[in-house]
Formats: sequence, C-alpha cells, structure tokens
Amino acid sequence: MLARLKGKWTYFVIAALLLFLILIPFRWFLGQYTVIMIFIGLFTMVTVGLCLLLGYTGQVSLGQAAFYGTGAYISAVLSKICGVNPWLSMLIAAAATGAFAYVIGYPIFRLRGNYLAVATLGLGVIVYILLRQLGPGGPDGMAGIPYLSIGGFVFDTSFKRYFLVWFFCLAVLLISQNIVRSRTGRALRAIHGSEAAAESIGINVDQFKVKIFVLSAVYASLAGSLLAHQMSHISPGSFGPLVSVIIIVMAVIGGLASIWGAIFGAATVCILKYELLLGFGEWDIVIYGLILMLVTIFMPEGLFVRLRELFGQWRLRYAQRGAEP
Amino acid sequence: MQKYLKWSVMLVLVVALISLVPMGCAQETVIEEGDTYKVGAVFDLTGPTSNLGVPEKNTVDMMVDQINDAGGINGHPLEVIVWDTEGDNDKCALMATRLIEQDEVIAIIGPTRSGTSLHILDTVTTADIPLVSCAASIKIVTPVGERYWIFKTPQTDKEAITEIYTYLQSANVSNIALITDTSGFGVAGRDILIADAADYGLTVVDDQTFDNDDTSMQSQLAHIGGTDAEAVVCWSTDKESAIVALDMQTLHMGIPLYCSHGIANMAFITAAGDAANGVIFPAGKLLIVDDLPADDPQKDVLMQYRQDYEALYGEGTMSTFGGHAYDALSMVVIALAGLDEGITLSDARTAVRDGIEQITYFVGISGIFTMSPTDHLGMEPGSLAMIEIVDGEWTWLK
Amino acid sequence: MSADQFVQYLVSGLTMGSIYALIGLGFTIIYAVTRIINFAQGEFVMLGGMLSFYLISAAGIPLAPALILSVLIAAAIGAIMYIFAIRTARRASVVSLIIITIGAAIFIRGIAGVGWGVEHVRPPYFTGSESISLLGAYIHPQALWIIGTTLVVVVLLHLFLSYTMVGKALKACAISPVAAGMVGINPRAMALIAFALAAAIGGIGGVVMAPSISMDFNDGFKLGLMGFVAASIGGFKSPIATVIGGLTLGIVVSLAVGVDWGPFTSAYKDAIAMMVLLLILIIRSGRLSAEERES
Repeated sequence: MLARLKGKWTYFVIAALLLFLILIPFRWFLGQYTVIMIFIGLFTMVTVGLCLLLGYTGQVSLGQAAFYGTGAYISAVLSKICGVNPWLSMLIAAAATGAFAYVIGYPIFRLRGNYLAVATLGLGVIVYILLRQLGPGGPDGMAGIPYLSIGGFVFDTSFKRYFLVWFFCLAVLLISQNIVRSRTGRALRAIHGSEAAAESIGINVDQFKVKIFVLSAVYASLAGSLLAHQMSHISPGSFGPLVSVIIIVMAVIGGLASIWGAIFGAATVCILKYELLLGFGEWDIVIYGLILMLVTIFMPEGLFVRLRELFGQWRLRYAQRGAEP
Repeated sequence: MQKYLKWSVMLVLVVALISLVPMGCAQETVIEEGDTYKVGAVFDLTGPTSNLGVPEKNTVDMMVDQINDAGGINGHPLEVIVWDTEGDNDKCALMATRLIEQDEVIAIIGPTRSGTSLHILDTVTTADIPLVSCAASIKIVTPVGERYWIFKTPQTDKEAITEIYTYLQSANVSNIALITDTSGFGVAGRDILIADAADYGLTVVDDQTFDNDDTSMQSQLAHIGGTDAEAVVCWSTDKESAIVALDMQTLHMGIPLYCSHGIANMAFITAAGDAANGVIFPAGKLLIVDDLPADDPQKDVLMQYRQDYEALYGEGTMSTFGGHAYDALSMVVIALAGLDEGITLSDARTAVRDGIEQITYFVGISGIFTMSPTDHLGMEPGSLAMIEIVDGEWTWLK
Repeated sequence: MSADQFVQYLVSGLTMGSIYALIGLGFTIIYAVTRIINFAQGEFVMLGGMLSFYLISAAGIPLAPALILSVLIAAAIGAIMYIFAIRTARRASVVSLIIITIGAAIFIRGIAGVGWGVEHVRPPYFTGSESISLLGAYIHPQALWIIGTTLVVVVLLHLFLSYTMVGKALKACAISPVAAGMVGINPRAMALIAFALAAAIGGIGGVVMAPSISMDFNDGFKLGLMGFVAASIGGFKSPIATVIGGLTLGIVVSLAVGVDWGPFTSAYKDAIAMMVLLLILIIRSGRLSAEERES
C-alpha cells in the first residue's frame, strides 16, 4: 500500500492512521471498543502468519489455533506454576512453539493442497485434546495467570493492554512487510507461482515453506501468550478446531494478497460478531453467515484488495479532474 | 521528505498528549429517582449448551415483564440486557466488559456454563461488579476470599454426587462404572465421583469418557460390560446421556443407570424414549412439585413458576435450568430493592453486592438460600430430590 | 479385551464408520467435480435428520414418504446453495469458494436454530428397538439400516457413475473439466448435479442416523469434520475408497476405546484417530503430492 502512495502525503496518511489507533481507547473517542480492538489485534497477529503461508506459498493450514493454544498454555504454565517472569515465559513459549512447528513441518509439508489442510486440521484436533486432557484445570481451564508488567507498571486495565497488544501487532506486521519485500518474499511468490520453476532456479521450496510455517506459529504463539497474560484465565475452548476455521475466514475476508489485509479480516469478523450483530439475538449467526457469503461472493479477492482498487480508481479520477481545467 | 516525517511525528505526539487531559475528569453516572435499574445477563443462546441458556433467557424475560407490570422496584423500572455468549469464552468476556463499561449495569447474572463463568471471574472482580452465576462448579465461589464479588445459584456437583452415592450405598451397591463426557461439566463431575467413591464404600471399576456430539457410546459401554460393575453413573448433559441410555438398552446391559442433574428436562425423556425408564438422577424439586407435601416451603414458589413459565412457553417446556436464572435475578432484585436514591453507579454495585450477601432465607426454585461472607452459594442442604423415570414420568424416590 | 467385546467394538465401529462414510461421500463427490471442500456438508446431514423428525411428528406424514421428502428437500437446498452462493461467485478462487461454504454452513445452522429451537430431537426407529444378538455382540436394527443404506448408496453411486450418461459426464469432469468441456459437457451443470447429489446423500445419512444419535441444529460441524476426515483417508477419490476410509475411521475410534494402556483412556480416542490419519497421509505423501500437482 505504502509503495503506491509515495509522495509528500504519505507520512501524513501514516501519521493520521497511527493517531487514530492511538486515540481509539480514550473514553471520549472510541473507548467502548477498546476490548474489541484488543481481540482484533490478537487475531490480526494469528491471521498475518496464515496470510503469509496462504497468500505467498499457496498452502493452507487448518491448525493455526493449535499454535495459538500452545503459546498461551506454555506461557501460562511457566509463569503461574513455575514462577518464571511472564516476559521470559512468553519468549520460551514462542521458541518452543516455533521448534514444535519446525519438527512437524518437514513431514507435514511433504503434503500439499487439501491433504495439507486435513493434516493440519488433524494436528489441531490432537493439540486441542491434549490441552483438554493434560492442561492444568482440564476443559474449564486455568485461572490466576499473572499480568505482564514493566518495572512497577502493570498492564492491568484494558486501556494499558490495548497499547501493549497493538505494539506487538504492528511489530509483527512490519516484520512481515519486510519479509515480503525481501529476497525471501520474492522466493515465496515464486513458489506460489510454480513450485517446479522455483525449484529449478535454486530455491529450496520445502525449506521456505517450513520457515514460513514456523514464523506463522511464532506469531500465533505470541498472540496466545498475550491473551493468557491479560485474560488471566485460559481454557482449551479458545483454541479448538472451530477457531482455526475462523482464522482462515479472517485471512480470506481480509485479502490474501497483502499482509495488511489481515487487519481488515480480523476487524470485520470481530466487529460483526462482537458488535454489529448483537441486537439480533439468536438471529446473529444467520446474518453472520449471510454476510460472510456475500462478502466472499462479491469480493473474492478480499476486502483490503477491493478497497485498494476503489481507492486507486478514486485517485485516478481525482487526478484527471485536476488536470482538466 | 525528512521534514514531513518530523512534522508527522510532532503531530502524533501533540494530539496524544492533548488526549490525555480529559481522562481525569470522567463523570460518573448517578442513578436518580425513577431511573431504570439495568441488570446484565450473559447466556448461551446459541452454541452447544443453548438448551440450557434459552430457558434462562425465557425466565428472565418473563420475570422482567412481571416485575414491571407490578410497578417496578420502588418505582424504578427493571431492564435486563441479555447478550448471547455463543458458548464462546472470549465472546463471553467481551460481553461482560460491554455490560460493565457500556451498558453500565448494576449487576450481572449468568453465564450458563462453569467454563465461561470461570473465564470472566477476573474481568468481573477487577471491575467491582457483582456476578450471580448460573453454573454448577463449586470453583466459581471458592475460595470465598478471592470471590468477593461472585455468587451462584445452582446446586453443586458435589451435592448431586452425595445424593447419588448415598442412594447407591443404601441399595447395597459396591462396584460402579463411570461414563463421563470430556466437557468441563463432565470432567468436574468425574473428579468428584472418583475422589468420593471410597467414602461410601464404592469401588470405581471402570472409568470411560466420550466427547460431546459423539454418535455412539457402545464401545465404552461394551468396555464397562466386561467388568463386574453393578451400576453405571453417567455425568453429562441430556443429549449424550440419552444416547448412553439407548446404547445400554441395545447392549442388554441389565444394570441400572444413574445420571447427573444435567438431564432434568423433558428433552431427555423424549430422546431416550423407552430407555429412559428406570434412569435415576438427582434434581431440583421443580420436577416433582406435584408430589411435594403442602407444607414444603418451596411448594408455592415452584407451582407458581411452572404455571407462569408453561403458560408463556408451552406445556412440558420448563426445566431446572430456567430456575437457576430465576433465583439469580430474584436475589439481584431483592438487593436492588434495598438501594438508596441518587447514588452513583459504583456505589450501587457495592450496595447490591452487600445486599446479596445479606440475603437470608430466600425461597427459590433450586433451594432455600442464606448468603453470608463465608458462603456465596448459601443453599440449605436437602434441596435435591432423587428422581426415577417411570413410564416416561418423573417419580420422586422419597 | 474378551472376544465378545472385540466383536462388539467391531460392530459399533462399523456403524459409526458407515455414518462417517455417508457424510464423506458428499465431500468426495463435490471435491471430485469442483475441487471445493464443502464445509456445509455436515449441515445437509443435520437438515436430513431434523426434517425427518418434524415431517413425521409435527406434520404427521407416514415414515417412508417423510424420509423421501426430507432427502429431496435436502437435495433442493444443496442445489439452491450452488446456484445462489457458489455459481454467483464467478471470480472466486477455490479457497474463497470454501469460505463461501463455511458462510453457508453457518447460515443454515442459524436458520435451523431459529426455526426449530435448540432442543435435540430423535425421530422414531424405522423398525423396532429390540437389538439382535450376533456372535456374542448386540446390534440395533437401526444400525443395520445405517450399514445397509451405506452399502446400497455406494453400490448405486458406483453404478450411476459407471453406466449412465450423466454419471460418466460427472466422472469426466472430475478427471479434467477442460477436456470435458471440449467434448460438450457443461461443467456448471455437472457441478449443480454434484451439489444436489452430495446434499441428497448427506440428507440420506441424516435420515438414517438421526433415530440412533439424536439431532440438534448444532450437530453439523462435528459430523462434517468426521466425514471430511473419512473422505481424506479415502483420498477424495472414488465412492468405494471413501467408504473404506469411513469404516477405517469408525473402527479405529471404536477400538481406541478398548485400549487400556497406561493413561491413554477413551478420552484420547479422537486423538488416536487423528494420529492414524496423519500417518496414512504422510506414508502416502509422495503419491498424493504427485496427484495434487497434476490436478
């Protein structure tokens, strides 16, 4: 997006967007949406990983919730039961989840397409069952997970947590942006185009796929740890197979061709579920399903890409009008 | 280019600083005379346990109409804002936050399940607002020192299991087999069933589990059939318990089935058909209200509730789950009746919490409650009745 | 594990497996013709079961016509879903089409929940409830109906695909839509038939299984998941492979219950089934990848 907008207004646009993000949690602005925004931030982090995987390597994972869950649980168990510092436990959780993804990545990525989808789904189900059986507290989950803090500053209100989550979320987005623009990104697009061709020019296809898979797992794990340390209670229900499906929905709705689509996807689904459809009582899921279908039917390339197109057309018309007189 | 960057950063910082200013002077809501008393509720209206959540919402809707028709609470109309959790923990937490911050309710009732209730304890406690849960687990209100703001109304698993085990002991049973589901309800029940068995001279000879939405329990039951169990205790909700009953009939097991208080609705009997006959379970007295002696203190309340509920929603629709919401909202209403006029929202929340904690001898649907600072369930013992299903009817085993 | 118990595990595994196979068949048909994983397949099963209950008990229609009517309505809903949701999305990629089926699944589930309420229902058994003794195990008459229906459906489907014009056209589309188009087969018409057929088979599944498993509006997802796994074990290939996949899954889950190995109780049965799935997939990964690359 940024590349297209190059010009003197670029920085002002970015500044305005950033300002908007900063102002959201204030009571006099959009304070009532703080908690929804926190969830949007967390889901964006999980979805970006999937966008990279799906949009740039063309491979589907139906098991992202498993990494979201292991991140949350490892971090929670370390900090609550073993008394490790929450920041350190977050880091260990991310490393452990990444290692886990690496180990299973090689056998699983010998599969592709629908077989990969069903294999990752199976993985998600296995992790879900293990969390329920072996996780402290069983299906009811574990409580009393410590909050994150810096020095004496404890992230104990949604106002403070909002900034924490969005700091991580933007960091994840920027890192992903850099990856997409780098040599790795070009390699990924080559893989998406044609694996055989990519291989012929010396790209180690399997290795790249597994790397991205590991990265997506680390993102999901970070999001999971952040969730655990701010809800203070987690249970396996937040990481079941249905959650993996919702994450795919977010990725596709937002638009796979761009990592910034992840925000749109997560925001659309969260705002629909947690805000717009609340007044409809038991009709909520009917309308949710309908909107999901309509958006995908009429904008199959995703909201973000569609909006970018519209914005491009508007700019073009604006420029023409400017040139006419 | 550098210049624009600098200006942008300045702009962001300045506005961010300005925005900090009005933070300190937030005005707190005051409840004036005649204002609506707002109470929040979070129930599972869709999702796997919606068959518990829907009667809860129906009950609340019915009560609100009754109370407002009678002139409200000290002249204040009552409004209950009900949000659907979809059985989803995160959505439940969000809805609770919404009730607290946006809807500015005085107290919250629900959630429907133990899992979702435990999930929002932290949210509720840090916001200083009373919660009256409609879920079973005892963990919701213990340790009471950490559950200052939390109350609950349904009987605990432990009480229900005590009833079953006492009954089994009196029937001279010594070997039992367990079959429980892997949801929070089933696992909590299983833990207590295993821990308490020895106290009643019972030996658990087999311990099987199944998942909610499983299509058949025959393999687990065949496994139990290979042991010398004299009775099967099933801890699950109505749908899966019905499949257990049906599969036991199919396998000609020939030993009695004991179930949890989770099957206390007509749906179990309809689903299990013939196989329901002979099933024994503990439940609130609502199911056998006709058999209660006239001097039972709960009789009038139960009769009235059943009559009102079935008049609105149809014959055979009442269940003890709606009763949990009845008790929760009634207690909040009792506390609201003691509020002073013109107090702030946070004072009202504190006063309602204190009011609920001071409730003595409230006769509800699930039992008779006397709350205290050391007991946030406060239910008198003997609130459960052992019930056997005979010819498709609930029969009280006095 | 005694011999009687072993037979019982096999019998209940076969019953469960037939259920998974019937659901899996729908996935296979739609996937073969359109390459779409239809996440609404489980909802067709739910619709079949719920419809049969309401047609019998509320509308008072006799058993056999009610069952046929339920299946026809499910098939019609499948066709409507294809026409309005899938075919209108012309520019969509396969992943987007899959998301549309997820939307459709949520929509159907929601409508069912609003229309029929949240309570589970159980239609009457087709024939009696007295179970039959078989080699030391017991089998319910309804289970015989389930297993029998699965066999009949798969045989009919095989004959349909091999010996009728439409069936052969469907098969041609599955092999190569482009080549099929060149010889005058309309891929869209074939996709419509595939959706209606898959929905009908889902409906048949729902109708025969509902009397023994009960049904509520929320059941579609889990049933669909198991059917999807069954179809994947079978490799999304032929109806017969799917049925073998379903039966394998059912028997593995059932036998996993009988395993008493340390802490591994019946709580892990689905995890064990998924491990088996992963192993099958990874062992066959070389061949499967080659297939995907061709398609």
